[in-house]
Amino acid sequence: MELNRQTIRTYSLLGSHRTFGQVALEFPKIDDKIVVLAADQCSPAGLEYFRDQYSDKYYNVGIAEQNMIGIAAGLAKEGFKPFVTAQATFSTTRCYDQIKINMGYMGFGIKVVGLSAGLAIGQYGATHMSMEDIALTRAIPNMVVLSPADCTETAKALIAAAKDDRPTYIRLSGWMNNPIVYKEDYNFEIGKAITMQEGADIAIIATGTMVYNSMKASKILEERGLSVKVVNMHTIKPLDKNAIKDCCDAKLLVTVEEHSVIGGLGSAVAEEISLYNKKPKQLILGIEDYYVKPGEYNYLVKRVGLTSNQIAEKIFETYKGV
Amino acid sequence: MADMMKTKELARKVRRDIVDLTYQAGTNGTHIGGSLSIVEVLSVLYNDIMKFNKNDMTDESRDRFIISKGHGAMAQYAVMHRIGILSDEDMATFKKDGSSFSTHPYMNVRKGIEFSTGSLGHGLSLGVGSALALKKKKNLTSKVFVMMGDGECDEGSIWEAAMSAANFKLDNLILIIDKNRLQLDGFIEDIMKQGSLENKWKSFGWDICECDGHNVEDVYKTMSDALKNQKQPTVIFAHTIKGKGVSFIENQYNWHIGVLNDELYKKAVQELEVQ
Repeated sequence: MELNRQTIRTYSLLGSHRTFGQVALEFPKIDDKIVVLAADQCSPAGLEYFRDQYSDKYYNVGIAEQNMIGIAAGLAKEGFKPFVTAQATFSTTRCYDQIKINMGYMGFGIKVVGLSAGLAIGQYGATHMSMEDIALTRAIPNMVVLSPADCTETAKALIAAAKDDRPTYIRLSGWMNNPIVYKEDYNFEIGKAITMQEGADIAIIATGTMVYNSMKASKILEERGLSVKVVNMHTIKPLDKNAIKDCCDAKLLVTVEEHSVIGGLGSAVAEEISLYNKKPKQLILGIEDYYVKPGEYNYLVKRVGLTSNQIAEKIFETYKGV
Repeated sequence: MADMMKTKELARKVRRDIVDLTYQAGTNGTHIGGSLSIVEVLSVLYNDIMKFNKNDMTDESRDRFIISKGHGAMAQYAVMHRIGILSDEDMATFKKDGSSFSTHPYMNVRKGIEFSTGSLGHGLSLGVGSALALKKKKNLTSKVFVMMGDGECDEGSIWEAAMSAANFKLDNLILIIDKNRLQLDGFIEDIMKQGSLENKWKSFGWDICECDGHNVEDVYKTMSDALKNQKQPTVIFAHTIKGKGVSFIENQYNWHIGVLNDELYKKAVQELEVQ
């Protein structure tokens, strides 16, 4: 698949959810056994072209996420490679037992594409927010959990997943006009974090939309004379332990995610470093343990304190005490 | 008509095996009630209805069997053992620590245990996916059989699957509902009134039929008739008795999981020997 300036721009405009539909058009070239199942989310996932071009590889199962995962398991058992999609919250929390049994316990290599994770469609209320999905999916043995930083990385992650046999949750965050982190094609490998920039004082490990905000926050901190490392942890599971180890020379370790502060990237990193002899203090930034009232995406990001300015400010205040 | 004497004999042995396995399981007990209710249905399925090569349970041309009521695993193992799919060694590990053959099925592709079940409400979706896949692979001869409990129909996911099976016109899917009228806490009628299951499945677009689930001739005739010119997903209601064959277990909800001590075991064996 060619990623050039134009496709990268288009994907960003579409948002990560509709990028899925564009990238799906590549699937039949990668593996003829790939099929796509949607739970009444053809259009939000941008799957109209796929549906029309590959009608024999596409199933709309209606608003029935539990059944979708079960059907996918049946298809996987018989040799097919199903990608299934619905909004992130409905494709994880709603059908958690099906994911646990079919993907975890039996290990079928189903790919769950969670659309509009985090606060992306928070205008519809907390029913449509997904800030528990990383915690849930990474608690299941055998799962791979991907959380791409932008739409370019969404494409890279989907293609990598299409070539991979493991059960995988792909968390698509952000909304339309998704800020671009990767302006050109690059090397993406599941389980291998990407260091965006080096720095000595503070190490930020971010995932999903928070990679972009953390990059911006690092600029603000650099203006205040601090040297900041930023790591894009696009794979939450399996965790890149070496990348985390490399962050432990900093005086402050920060994790940033558009997800609950409980059970997500921050927890995963804390679990990893808990037995390290030498480790910095860790600041976990994310959505605190409450539900916010509905609102537009940008309002909500600010409401939960995850704009680049807010991130920089919290890091600066914590760093002063280190 | 197939030789039903053989099937009757198989069912008789399997019922005794279930009692023996329960006794061997010791004081923790095991799912005896719901296993005893499906003995004849499974005996007919494995002995007379399903196509498979017992020496190669991965053979693509086989019929698929999914036990959605995973707590009936003991009956499935016993039948598979008697048929010659499972070995004596396999059976010797039943309910032993760390065994692959436990109270709920553990997926074992080589042995023809298609999926790990036990979390209720999953099996029909798995069946829908399997049946869809067979059609996609142009395997038009294999059938997918799903065995489900009537109590299991409480699960909402069953109805998602029911709707989709008809929507995808799965004329290669056969569901058998073990209608023993009991669930863990008591009679279904007392726990959660289900209304007419027959009308529900019919309205979802399924063909429905019923049989006496303990009469092997009736089970065989109903199944073979259902398979002839099947045009839609088909559900067979097998009217059964939970705990069938042992008087003090029959229709007793508290025998969903039961323990057979020496005295009860002896009593059960005596009753089975008379039958």
